[in-house]
Amino acid sequence: MRHRVKGRKLSRTASHRKATMRALTMALVKEHRITTTVAKAKELRSFVEPIITRSKEDNLLNRRMVFSSLQNKETVKKLFAEIGPQSVDRPGGYTRVIKLGFRQGDGAEMAMIELVDFNDIKPEGKATKKKRTRRAGKSNTPTTTEAPKAEAAEDAADTAKAAE
Amino acid sequence: MAHPKRKTSKARRDKRRSHHAIADVTLAKCSNCGEMHRYHHACASCGYYRGRQVVNAANA
Repeated sequence: MRHRVKGRKLSRTASHRKATMRALTMALVKEHRITTTVAKAKELRSFVEPIITRSKEDNLLNRRMVFSSLQNKETVKKLFAEIGPQSVDRPGGYTRVIKLGFRQGDGAEMAMIELVDFNDIKPEGKATKKKRTRRAGKSNTPTTTEAPKAEAAEDAADTAKAAE
Repeated sequence: MAHPKRKTSKARRDKRRSHHAIADVTLAKCSNCGEMHRYHHACASCGYYRGRQVVNAANA
């Protein structure tokens, strides 16, 4: 039985796993969007998200806590200067994982993981509606009209990004 | 030690294997370009997922 077994081992020793997570985090903080295997992407969520939560409030304790899990000054600096402040309004869920298909060499399933706040996009009409209904009893009519316009603009921006 | 009394016949062998087939992958039609793509995956030809461009088509 695999009751209460949390996380993936990723065929690594504990120290190797830790190093992998650090490396992935550094890459994600630097690039805002990285491509890796699905397993690593999903595992990375539970590693970076608490770190981003920490980096929302800039104080010495938080900086030390974040540094202790990353051991990299540049990354910590960027987290607190850029990523934390941008994510302040988001109650968790800073990352998005999208599956991309299977890698040529070994058939591993690949995924793209990105920081939601740095890659465009308010949720499209449909998603917004769904979220609304989940929150308590208020009427769920608003915001559907503004969605298509924003979406179009974002698509354009995205295509431009993709082109480079 | 136990040993097989008879060679397994082709019929018996093949009957055993009748459940070994690999299931087909279910595909969905991309809402953007009309190509088929896997469910819960970005479209491999245009890079769209759930109505927006998520990846460059070239590296997908």
